[in-house]
Amino acid sequence: MQARAELLLEIADDELILGWRDSEWTGVAPLLEEDVAFSSIAQNEIGHARALYELAARDLGTSADELAFDRRPEEYRCSELVDRRLPEWERTIARHVLYERADAERLERLKASEDDEVAGLAAKIDREEAYHRLHAEMWHERLKEEPRYRAALEELRPLVDRRDGHSPDLTALWEEMTSVRRSQPAGTTW
Amino acid sequence: MTTIWEVFRQERRGQPFQHAGSVQAPDERFAEAYAREQYGRRGESQALWVVPRDSILRIEEFVDELNRNYHRVDGYPLKEKLKEARERAGTSRAAAGDR
Repeated sequence: MQARAELLLEIADDELILGWRDSEWTGVAPLLEEDVAFSSIAQNEIGHARALYELAARDLGTSADELAFDRRPEEYRCSELVDRRLPEWERTIARHVLYERADAERLERLKASEDDEVAGLAAKIDREEAYHRLHAEMWHERLKEEPRYRAALEELRPLVDRRDGHSPDLTALWEEMTSVRRSQPAGTTW
Repeated sequence: MTTIWEVFRQERRGQPFQHAGSVQAPDERFAEAYAREQYGRRGESQALWVVPRDSILRIEEFVDELNRNYHRVDGYPLKEKLKEARERAGTSRAAAGDR
């Protein structure tokens, strides 16, 4: 596979899976306002995934939907940080903070890319991520003295750059995420 | 401890800010994030004012013991007076329509 498509898929998978994980808080976040804000962040991440998949799909002669939903779970290139199901708010926020910080560095590198399409898309995504960072850092400020939050940061930090495998959580998510698409009768179109 | 923040929204540059609703948030940073998400992310606002509800001076009793209705526009039943004036001038609605 071409290097550019590989890189785009890695980021797109991160954003898609994180968007899905964040959306698991819709309707059950600790405050109504936070529910709206966090669901909106989840939706943005999936929007970023779509744009990245579209670019990768052009290179690979396929479609964004096929890349997002028709691969096997082991083919996803996302980091282990995003594949975990984290039903505790302090762990979710710890992941959010770790992800946004790592993503900010990645976007800075991509914005400096000589590939105009990649640099342009990174700049667009970064403008929305700026609000995600604001959101992540305000929660970090609020929770940083809490032992449970600090423990979650330590627990999850080593997962940020781990991309050589997945937790069983990803398979469960994949089953759910692709079930509607896999249920489509052969020879039909949606 | 959370506070209610009232949010005012300006739709276009130069237009007056109008009350949009409120958000509940523990401090200014959370209030900004929540107000942005709820009143700004669809491009529906040019700018927002976010004000703690307690900072708003609320006034709601307007005493008028002596019924000084001449201070109010409804002190003058303009409709009747206009009708009389039109009749005097011979330019009542019906007459104007005939022309």
